Amino acid sequence: MPIVSVSGLSRSFRVAEKAPGLAGTLRHFVRRKVRTVVAVRDLNFTIEAGEMVGFLGPNGAGKTTTLKMLSGLMHPSSGHVEVAGHCPSRREAAFLRQITLVMGQKQQLIWDLPPLDSLRVNAAVYGLDDIEAKRRIGELAEMLQLGEELQRPVRKLSLGQRMKAELLAALLHQPTVLFLDEPTLGLDVNAQAAVRLFLADYNRRHGATVLLTSHYMGDITALCPRVLLIHGGSLFHDGSLEQLSQQLAPRREVRLELAESLPPARFSSYGELESCSGRDVRLLVERERLTAVVGRLLADLPVLDLEVREPPIEDTIGRLFRQGGSDPP
Amino acid sequence: MTSDRSNPRRQAGPAQSRLAKAVRRRAASLRSVLRIARALFSSQYALMLEYRAEIVLWALSGLLPLLMFSLWSNAPAGAASGLSPQAFARYFLAAFVVRQFTIVWVVYAFEEDNLLGRLSPYLLQPLPLVWRYVAAHLADQATRLPIVTIMVALFFLFVPSAIWIPSLGQFLLAIFALQLGFWLNFLLHYAITLLCFWSERARALEKLLYMPYLFLSGLLAPLDLYPASLRAFALHTPFAAMLYLPAQLLSGGPVDLIAGLLNAVSWLFLLVPLNLWLWRAGVRRYAALGA
Repeated sequence: MPIVSVSGLSRSFRVAEKAPGLAGTLRHFVRRKVRTVVAVRDLNFTIEAGEMVGFLGPNGAGKTTTLKMLSGLMHPSSGHVEVAGHCPSRREAAFLRQITLVMGQKQQLIWDLPPLDSLRVNAAVYGLDDIEAKRRIGELAEMLQLGEELQRPVRKLSLGQRMKAELLAALLHQPTVLFLDEPTLGLDVNAQAAVRLFLADYNRRHGATVLLTSHYMGDITALCPRVLLIHGGSLFHDGSLEQLSQQLAPRREVRLELAESLPPARFSSYGELESCSGRDVRLLVERERLTAVVGRLLADLPVLDLEVREPPIEDTIGRLFRQGGSDPP
Repeated sequence: MTSDRSNPRRQAGPAQSRLAKAVRRRAASLRSVLRIARALFSSQYALMLEYRAEIVLWALSGLLPLLMFSLWSNAPAGAASGLSPQAFARYFLAAFVVRQFTIVWVVYAFEEDNLLGRLSPYLLQPLPLVWRYVAAHLADQATRLPIVTIMVALFFLFVPSAIWIPSLGQFLLAIFALQLGFWLNFLLHYAITLLCFWSERARALEKLLYMPYLFLSGLLAPLDLYPASLRAFALHTPFAAMLYLPAQLLSGGPVDLIAGLLNAVSWLFLLVPLNLWLWRAGVRRYAALGA
């Protein structure tokens, strides 16, 4: 039985529009023009307990809105959501004890106090006795490689240390469902890697279900065997990254190093010429023709070296995101 | 063979067990509430101590009653009022003390939490938000205690004729009235705070409270000096219960205790359901508009 179940989920907002300038301001004051914006449109998906699912989409695609509806912070306009057997919008205590929502750009730790003070409050709120709270803080701190940082005021911590401490605070009650919205936002490469390792470890130890949004594809490729791609408020893809890559990028990149330079016209029969600079050539070849084309290239041309590459998923999805409001390919 | 139903001893067994379980549940629940209260208070107290310099300034900014004392004690109207300089001094010193322990700034704290994005994580915890602010205010009071004590001692040093020691009963009654005054002030401000769910300018509404508070609470002058009709009106507002009533009780001035307490409790009965309604409607609106 799925732990997250979403059917026909939609959410729209009424947004006031104002033209620039004094005339626009006066018109806005006298008669407001309001437009309805659909942020999420008829989403359907389920997530099984223990799954780690990446939630991808360009800015404004409806990812955060969806996470807020799943965690109960926002009511859906229509549709049905069930998380851990509860309707999130009722915000029942039994539901709140099972979930957490971490937003990379928001914080719950008290800024001027060490994280341990906030953790003590969280432990009391979630009914953990001192021994259990100490045990969990110790375990999570070890996984997150946090030590004396827990005794320093939050304002004195680096961004990475602060994010780790936020994660510790958000997971102290051992939630079974984690909604993570850009948890690695603004972190350097090392800190990103540490957070990824921690999330994978937490998932393994506690069998937690994770729904993760991130603009860093590294987070998704490292953690999520399954991705949901949302585009313009609608679900565009639900499956593995590999399937997504095949769907979005049906061509492979072939890189050649030749013994001598050749005119670009010589490559037109093999595939789309991406670049041709001296003896280095890059071609895009359809997957189903790849073997035959590589054979022909080796037979026809003075090839010193040949490499076949999958176009990076970041580039593929980036191309889709850059298309903005247009329909996905 | 006797059935369980007809045997009172056997019936008493499960009933006692149920009762014992219920008592244990209640005890566990009470322990949990106390743990939360202790953790919230100690973290907020630690936070207040981080701002100790700021708190001294806040306490000094509440010197208005003492300035009013200096004004009244030197003005001809003060002499004509029938109150002795000693009574003026005691009243305004008591008003200063009461004001220090009934100050409420919940609307500022709420706005800050909203702007810094702390509201959403707090709303996802199984703890009503109001208790965080109550703890913060109680911690603020605890932090002010030594500062206020020093200021009272300094006042007595400069105005030794004002020295008085209230009886234990009088003192306890004044503390009770002061707590009632704090809760009234808190609930009134929290109701305004909850309007933040509807308007981002709720702080402006909070400023509207200051004028009636200034005139009707007895901060500028003891209500006994007001014209009879204005005094009667003021005594029916929550503002008189926030300052005049506890200040009169503390300074030993004449006061209609029963009427004052009834007025305070009546306002509490009005404000508690109003706050609950505003909270539920506000959270619904927050979720409807987008957290």
